[in-house]
Amino acid sequence: MDSGTQDNPYLLLAVFVFSAVMMGLTPILMAFVWTRWAGTAKPDDIKNAVYECGLETDTYHWFPLKVEYYIYGIIFLVFDVEILFLLPIASVYKSLPAGAIAGILVFIFLLMEGLVWAWAKGLLRWQFTPSQNAPSPTQPQNQATL
Amino acid sequence: MDEGLKSELQKAGIFTTTLNDLYNWGRGNSLWPLQFGLACCAIEMIATSMSRYDLARFGAEVFRPSPRQADLMIVSGTVTKKMAPQVVRLFKQMPSPKYVIAMGACAISGGPFKQGYNVLKGIDRYIPVDVHIPGCPPRPEALLHAIMALQRKIAQDTLHPSRRKEEEAERVAALPVPEHGSHDLLPPKHDVLWHPEPVQRS
Repeated sequence: MDSGTQDNPYLLLAVFVFSAVMMGLTPILMAFVWTRWAGTAKPDDIKNAVYECGLETDTYHWFPLKVEYYIYGIIFLVFDVEILFLLPIASVYKSLPAGAIAGILVFIFLLMEGLVWAWAKGLLRWQFTPSQNAPSPTQPQNQATL
Repeated sequence: MDEGLKSELQKAGIFTTTLNDLYNWGRGNSLWPLQFGLACCAIEMIATSMSRYDLARFGAEVFRPSPRQADLMIVSGTVTKKMAPQVVRLFKQMPSPKYVIAMGACAISGGPFKQGYNVLKGIDRYIPVDVHIPGCPPRPEALLHAIMALQRKIAQDTLHPSRRKEEEAERVAALPVPEHGSHDLLPPKHDVLWHPEPVQRS
């Protein structure tokens, strides 16, 4: 160690942090400078259009998906994962000790709790509401529904 | 740089190059084709990218599913008039510099379907084709040969200030995408791109 790092033990650390940051930033900066110098950005309507395999899009595409999609995820978990785990359990059910049965029951209870929650919330009614359909192609909307 | 001096320096173990050569070397050896196939030639293109013919040797195996990331369009197969606007549109969505290989008899001239009412008689009527490959379909070796020919062509590109390739691309970008008319595509061809020699009949 030279005298500089002996005076301030954090100096070495600072050098390391600086090097680490620069290793990440330098390629990005080089790419940026290189693009500015040699690049040929020529945006137009077609190039900036939404990529739809060469076809023109007929609806507005920059809408976010509904955040309520998590409900489908939960119900999927309840039905699908339950079956997935119960099938192997069923094949060895007779030879399982009492502790394992209790564990399985806790697992089923947790999933059933989700099902009861979804049922009570009325999420099992699979109805399409026409008032919440996709946005019109001419009017971009901030919030769209599935 | 003088070729003789370059050769002498190489004998002394010093490798010299220019930024232009370096740039073209990078471009030529990292061609990313757009992943789309139109007809039977696409099967040969797929075979070319697989292990037997190994397109990866030429750095061109990274088939991209989006035109934003591609710089090589391999028009592999028959271009019907219904498909032609989409092909031109995809070409326009690719960033410059971009290159086109017309693969097979159909893509370069309409091939066996040339007399058909619905087949485009060569994609070079709408987009600038760098390399034409004849054959029906061309063997994978022919596509490899086309890639090598394209690499030789890229090696002739200039960087600054003329930027030949980009200027050409800019000119082409201003051309409209053809639309479906009542009988044919409108326009049936772009005159700046497609001007064949007049047929001499004796």
